Amino acid sequence: MSTLEVKVWRGGEEGEFQRFEVPRLESQTVLDVVTHIQRHLDPTLSYRFACRVGMCGSCAMVVNGRARWTCRTHVADVTDGDSLEIAPLKNLPVIKDLVTDMRDFFDKWAAAQGQFHPTTTRKDDFARVEPESPERQQVDAGIECIGCGVCYSSCDVVSWNPEYLGPAAMNRAWTLLNDVRDGANEERLAAVAGDAGCHACHTHMTCTERCPKQISPTAAIAGLKRAALKAALKGKL
Amino acid sequence: MKNDWRSRNHPAWWAFLVHRVSGVLLTLFLPLHFLTLATALQGEARLEATLRWIDQPIVKLGEVILVLLLAAHMTGGIRLLMLEFMPWRDWQKSLLAVAAGLTLAVGLAFLLNLT
Repeated sequence: MSTLEVKVWRGGEEGEFQRFEVPRLESQTVLDVVTHIQRHLDPTLSYRFACRVGMCGSCAMVVNGRARWTCRTHVADVTDGDSLEIAPLKNLPVIKDLVTDMRDFFDKWAAAQGQFHPTTTRKDDFARVEPESPERQQVDAGIECIGCGVCYSSCDVVSWNPEYLGPAAMNRAWTLLNDVRDGANEERLAAVAGDAGCHACHTHMTCTERCPKQISPTAAIAGLKRAALKAALKGKL
Repeated sequence: MKNDWRSRNHPAWWAFLVHRVSGVLLTLFLPLHFLTLATALQGEARLEATLRWIDQPIVKLGEVILVLLLAAHMTGGIRLLMLEFMPWRDWQKSLLAVAAGLTLAVGLAFLLNLT
């Protein structure tokens, strides 16, 4: 049986990579590798996971320099020879080993008005939204986000401006902006059109390259830019 | 912790870099351009000397690079405007290829016209 040379980040913001040798198995995922290390080599290793099937968005890490969902990433697709380098997500404070503090990431969803603001009550009839309508199509393109933080970790604008709302929060704002049932779009546009909002995006498109759900936050941010421009021309922003 | 080049190594990031670097170089060129033109104010002889200096092969090569930079910055800018203002489609990478192709075509056309 061949072995994998695995370097894993140990420590917090300050720390170093520790080397492990892990048996190479068929169809092995990066999360399998991390789990093997914790169960058999060093039980003090900290990392996050929950569903193991690409639904929950807990297990994102930086593998050989790129942020990925580790449960759905096969070792065979990412190894550099027989070596793997596994680090915590970038642009977020490291708590310990592979675990980051994701508070900033989720607080920014709230700051971008990522909450649904209903315009009807439970006493009203169901809203009827045509599946083929342009708005619904825009929502469909971005709604499958699992909040894994891969885009946020990959975004250079977040590194350059820590206040920047980031791709996921603005993707969420864009899906709500296109939700015909929502009643807070003026506030939402004001929230995302500031210095640290959509206009700060440099269109590097790393978020779009790396999103494991093939969502394009760049498209969402471009949509927000157009919406903000329209609102500004109408004097509403 | 921040990302390194392994994370940035993809076509759209390179397009950003080309756009930014060409923009900075063109900004640096602009004052030189005005200085050269301004030699006309110091008399015909001075302007002639400048024009002869420009005729040197090495400066001509510089001109080709300048045209390439201008074409790269323009096509890159058009690409960005299309990404931001047109309804989103999945042809961003084709757009990149078109921008790069147009840049080379413009540079080549200029180069061939020189000979």
